[in-house]
Amino acid sequence: MSSVLTEAAVRIEHLTMSFPAGTGRQVVLNDISLSVAPGEFVTVLGASGCGKSTLLNLVAGLDRPTAGSIEIPGERPALMFQEHALFPWLTAGQNIELALKLRGMAKGERRAEAERLLELVRLGGAYGKRVHELSGGMRQRVALARALAQDSRLLLMDEPFAALDAITRDVLHDELTRVWAAQGRLSVLFVTHNVREAVRLAQRVVLLSSRPGRIAREWTVDIPQPRRIEDADVAELSQEITQQLRKEISRHGRH
Amino acid sequence: MAGTDTKAAETGDLAALEAGLDALERPAGPPRRGAGPARALLSAVLPPLLAVGLLLGAWQLICMAEVKPRYLLPGPLDVWRALVDQWYEGTILGVIWESVSRGALGFAVATLVATPLGLLVGRVTPVRMAVGPILSGLQSLPSVAWVPAAVVWFGLTDATIYAVVLLGAVPSIANGLISGMDHVPPIYLRAGRTMGATGLAGVRHVLLPAAIPGYLAGLKQGWAFSWRSLMAAELIASSPDLGMGLGQLLENARVNQDMSLVLASILLVLVVGVGIELLVFAPLQRRVLRGRGLMDGK
Repeated sequence: MSSVLTEAAVRIEHLTMSFPAGTGRQVVLNDISLSVAPGEFVTVLGASGCGKSTLLNLVAGLDRPTAGSIEIPGERPALMFQEHALFPWLTAGQNIELALKLRGMAKGERRAEAERLLELVRLGGAYGKRVHELSGGMRQRVALARALAQDSRLLLMDEPFAALDAITRDVLHDELTRVWAAQGRLSVLFVTHNVREAVRLAQRVVLLSSRPGRIAREWTVDIPQPRRIEDADVAELSQEITQQLRKEISRHGRH
Repeated sequence: MAGTDTKAAETGDLAALEAGLDALERPAGPPRRGAGPARALLSAVLPPLLAVGLLLGAWQLICMAEVKPRYLLPGPLDVWRALVDQWYEGTILGVIWESVSRGALGFAVATLVATPLGLLVGRVTPVRMAVGPILSGLQSLPSVAWVPAAVVWFGLTDATIYAVVLLGAVPSIANGLISGMDHVPPIYLRAGRTMGATGLAGVRHVLLPAAIPGYLAGLKQGWAFSWRSLMAAELIASSPDLGMGLGQLLENARVNQDMSLVLASILLVLVVGVGIELLVFAPLQRRVLRGRGLMDGK
């Protein structure tokens, strides 16, 4: 039991990813080592071209790394995309039930569990709604409920709120913080290019440099939850991180 | 800077804020015009009725101008009388049924053959490389071209008719399924894989349901091809041993130089083919597209 508690939700060691490009290979991720503790919320921050989506795809098992290892004890991690990726031929509730079915839950229990998960993201009445009948924010909440339905201890999020308007995104930040706290030992690896979003949500912010993606710096965020994106201490840390991010980006302008 | 108390209060308001956003952001349906169902029906039916009326009028005028002698170009009323005569003879429903049942059976068998074929070609790359171009080629080959060969192989039998229907319908159904699968957004497949829908489960729970709109379009086209091929086969493979369908009715009328009945038969072929498309396939397609938000209306 104690080994489970000390075990990381994901342990990434010396991860390198490169693709063939022209005559040589382009290195997208270079020697990344990163662990997420059980129940920890980590954001990976970086400009475009830093390979953050590649990193998530590797952790999700959708791609194979060139070198290095990714250890995930337990089941396959859940993954949420920038697009809701809900299936339009199913209702909101059936989307969640499909995830429950694929996880092996018995038929008789699925309906009640789907209703409970919808209730958790405050969409109690949405079971029979088709995807196109829901707003952008509601779709992402159903997608969150579907990801939670996998009952994985690790949730990967690939800029899940980037396509939403500012007010909705703000509300979903509050929602995610609340749901994460309610889930207990759920670990989250959240990828974004939005510095304030990273600071608003995370216990730890990891900054990736671009081309190749390497871990440039890490910050621990001690600001107590619930935070607001406009809080002064959130703004202060965001400013510090932004400066570092700009420095990283500027390096690419010099040749 | 917000104090802890106000923060707690704000968190309490989150549910209300969210409910408000949900209500505002929900895509509002298109504004309904205050028309009753009768009026809606009228506006849908009136334009095509007018067009048909104009066509009949033009036809009547050409007849009255005696461009061709009456026995070669009968007027709309002559054709109508021929139809009524057929009705009183009491055989016409049997003739229509003969063709429709052949068409339906041929279409059903074509679907049973084309669906696994389409799946195989769509999913297995070497099979696709080998068979894909042949399927596309077959789709553009008019199936009437098969009739002479089929007559030589199978004689004037039902087998000839079904062979031609299958060769006409299978490629378009299979190609519809293949293109339906090709157009599945990759994000669905990735989402499915992260949920554990890999291999057969992925095909069953993600790929096939996602491909249904394309598959339905293929089925609809497959029916049109079945019907056409059937008529071509019935026209040419006309023999007393075979049951009499619309194609044979048309051919017999031609042999008897009964132009009114020839035109009446052509009309029947058109009406039955289009009617089945409108009554069976169009509602099915509408239902699927609407369910997925790909089409307006409820």
